[in-house]
Amino acid sequence: MKIHQLSVFIENRPGSLTHPCACLADAGINILTLTLADTERFGILRLIVRDWEKAKAILEQNGMIVKVTEVVAIEVDDRPGGLRRLLEILEHEPGANIEYMYAFTVRTGGKAVMIFRFTEMDKGIEALRQARVNVLSGVELYERAESSSADARPA
Amino acid sequence: MSFQWNDLNGTFHPDTALDYLPEGQLRALQLQRLQATVGRVYHNVALLRERMDARGVKPEDLRTLDDIRRLPFTEKTDLRDTYPYGLFASPMSDVVRLHASSGTTGKPIVVGYTLQDMETWKNVILRALAAAGLHRGDIIQNAYGYGLFTGGLGLHYGAEALGATVIPISGGNSERQILVMRDFGATAICCTPSYFIHLIEHGASMGVKLKDLPLRVGIFGAEPWTEEMRCFIQRETNIRAIDIYGLSEIIGPGVGSECLCQQGPHIFEDHFLFEILDPRTGDPMPDGEEGELVLTTLSKQAMPMIRYRTHDITRAIPGPCGCGRTLRRIERISRRSDDMLIVRGVNVFPSQIEAALLKVEKTLPHYQIVLRREREMDEMEIRIEVTADVFSDRVGELERIEARLGKAVESTTGVRARISLVEPQTLQRSEGKAKRVLDLRKLDALKP
Repeated sequence: MKIHQLSVFIENRPGSLTHPCACLADAGINILTLTLADTERFGILRLIVRDWEKAKAILEQNGMIVKVTEVVAIEVDDRPGGLRRLLEILEHEPGANIEYMYAFTVRTGGKAVMIFRFTEMDKGIEALRQARVNVLSGVELYERAESSSADARPA
Repeated sequence: MSFQWNDLNGTFHPDTALDYLPEGQLRALQLQRLQATVGRVYHNVALLRERMDARGVKPEDLRTLDDIRRLPFTEKTDLRDTYPYGLFASPMSDVVRLHASSGTTGKPIVVGYTLQDMETWKNVILRALAAAGLHRGDIIQNAYGYGLFTGGLGLHYGAEALGATVIPISGGNSERQILVMRDFGATAICCTPSYFIHLIEHGASMGVKLKDLPLRVGIFGAEPWTEEMRCFIQRETNIRAIDIYGLSEIIGPGVGSECLCQQGPHIFEDHFLFEILDPRTGDPMPDGEEGELVLTTLSKQAMPMIRYRTHDITRAIPGPCGCGRTLRRIERISRRSDDMLIVRGVNVFPSQIEAALLKVEKTLPHYQIVLRREREMDEMEIRIEVTADVFSDRVGELERIEARLGKAVESTTGVRARISLVEPQTLQRSEGKAKRVLDLRKLDALKP
């Protein structure tokens, strides 16, 4: 149920994002989604790729420090109030504090996907499932992401 | 089968007898050798003769060891100014070896050895290794650089003379160092302490824990280091981290070395006479107080040195050592007067920064000290490469590490520093002695 997310340390300076992205591009690895947490001096690039083990090895071979973190991909109704409902479910679960979250570019059948990291991952997942929120498995996520990017490809 | 003295592993080695010379005899030997050395220099080295004449001192004026204070100092600049052979006291036909140290500014300095000097060098290294508990049957991986640098070849011949097996691997190529160490069953290693810390980490990344290897002694020198580094090395491996002291101008490694009591290097006083002086006035410091180490060679032939200013800061350790050697000890060199940075009027040494970083992180990260002048104020920035150990997916965690590093640096140096975590492999490196300080203050002053 949990998805492997890669976190890469980067400095906050022009061009520092290019290096990891170029390494993955050269290896033919598609970035499904990414987000950047930054401070004045440094940042953490978080990314989701299908073959995370290969991507990790490539980034490390190129001298980067990579950490693997577990996150969950959650289906959200793509309409006003969709995210609010989710957040209200989580509010009642004290262990499921959201450390960070970010959106996925996938959107199918009126559903969007968001990535969440909770302080206690299992508690967050359990609360959502009890409320019948769809928590995507890795396979579902990658398939959805890849079919949508195939749709988006210009003819 | 014939019996050999060095079959007695680990017991007294006959060549170390001079380590235990009674004090009176040691001082008498020093005086006799000092008089001979000064006579040799006076007659063969023009620069020294001129300086002695200018002071009105003749070799025969040296009647006691204290009379050494009447002699002029020798500075590193003297070696550069007389480059390459100006301070040699032997004809070139008697010089069998040359070494050189890379000068940081322009010309290198050149040092020469006669056959007798080579014997002296071999002797002091043998005694250094024996004092560290090494003997015939030990396998010594010599990871000091072979070539013009004195470290590699200097250790090499002394280790062979001891009867140990030498692996002349030289410096660099960490992966091969680890494989050789493991496969050849090395029991001792010689290199700089910072390179060894790097090897511990490199071994771990290859799945080789140095703790599981037969390695039991490390002979570390060629750069200032700290007690924190020693504790770290001894905790992460099963070795005794021994401090060897030396400098090319005097002989190379082997001016002094620690015994297994590990309480500062014993100086081989039968060959080298040391003084601890106030670096500003040149006056002797009271016994046991810190000052600049000044060395005079007592048996060197090709290039004797009279009162050579090392710029290394140390003190003489008072009292006898538990090992029974009568050779006096100095404290391990953790700083040099020319390493000293003055930041907002406070004296700061790179070794203090290292101690602070080692306290917070479990390993010594690659770092660089950058000094700038902003609005007439010195700013100290410490750039630290992020390691897998400290990197966290959470911004808050990284900020906490920065804050802890900053606090540790401030509490050891008394100066506030800005800590910048930087990407791995971005700071400049060199094998062995690393370039740790980037002082941009002079450049900043030139800006309009």
